[in-house]
Amino acid sequence: MDQELILELPNDIRSIEHAVDYVMRHCSTCCDYARRFNLNFRVGLTEALSNAMLYGNNSDPNKRVRIEVTVRVEEIAVRVTDQGEGFDPTTVPDPTLPGNISKSGGRGIFLMKALMDEVHFNEQGNSVTLVLRLEGEADK
Amino acid sequence: MGFQVSKLGDVTVIDVEGQLIVGNRQELKQKILDELEKGERRFVVNFSDTGYIDSSGLGVLVSLSKKIREQEGELRLASLNEDLRTLFELTKLDTLFTIADTREEALEGL
Repeated sequence: MDQELILELPNDIRSIEHAVDYVMRHCSTCCDYARRFNLNFRVGLTEALSNAMLYGNNSDPNKRVRIEVTVRVEEIAVRVTDQGEGFDPTTVPDPTLPGNISKSGGRGIFLMKALMDEVHFNEQGNSVTLVLRLEGEADK
Repeated sequence: MGFQVSKLGDVTVIDVEGQLIVGNRQELKQKILDELEKGERRFVVNFSDTGYIDSSGLGVLVSLSKKIREQEGELRLASLNEDLRTLFELTKLDTLFTIADTREEALEGL
């Protein structure tokens, strides 16, 4: 049976750590995952939230960010939606190219894609869905 | 949780306790810039008590490394656990930093 959790956060980067901890605790009650859950999901969700607050909502304290988590037997899916105008994720350069490695920014979307099994943006570009598959995770 | 600054000879060691993420990266940045301003030039950031780092945390390390090099100093990283090493390898930042297995190893020859 699916388990769902919905949170609305103020657009404050200080809330990210607590929100991620809360979601992690919610998900860990469903089953006993291992490394990919603790690292990949945690960092992927942190990246999605910081992107939403800093870039999507442009650090506007009057805006909010919505988190929708669905835990299934085989996967965890989380959708993070901001109240910004959206952006085109295909325009973000690869931060691992030689000329970009020494830049201080630009790794958020790359890490999401590298750590999660699926990353989908909506057409507007203000909502991202991250999926982490859990098959066999309890054994790792 | 937070950042503990200590001195070992002329090396400034910063222990990162908990997380290095978007919400606290400025605190680390300011602590190291304050030390740089005081004339310190050799730094070790120790991650033996660190849970995870996000892209903002990685970014602040890149930015600090650049500022320290501009002042003819050096920043080394130490004690990355397997998860943290994975993040540095994925982003190829392992090619940008000197990363030691332990704090003691990082201090050698610095």
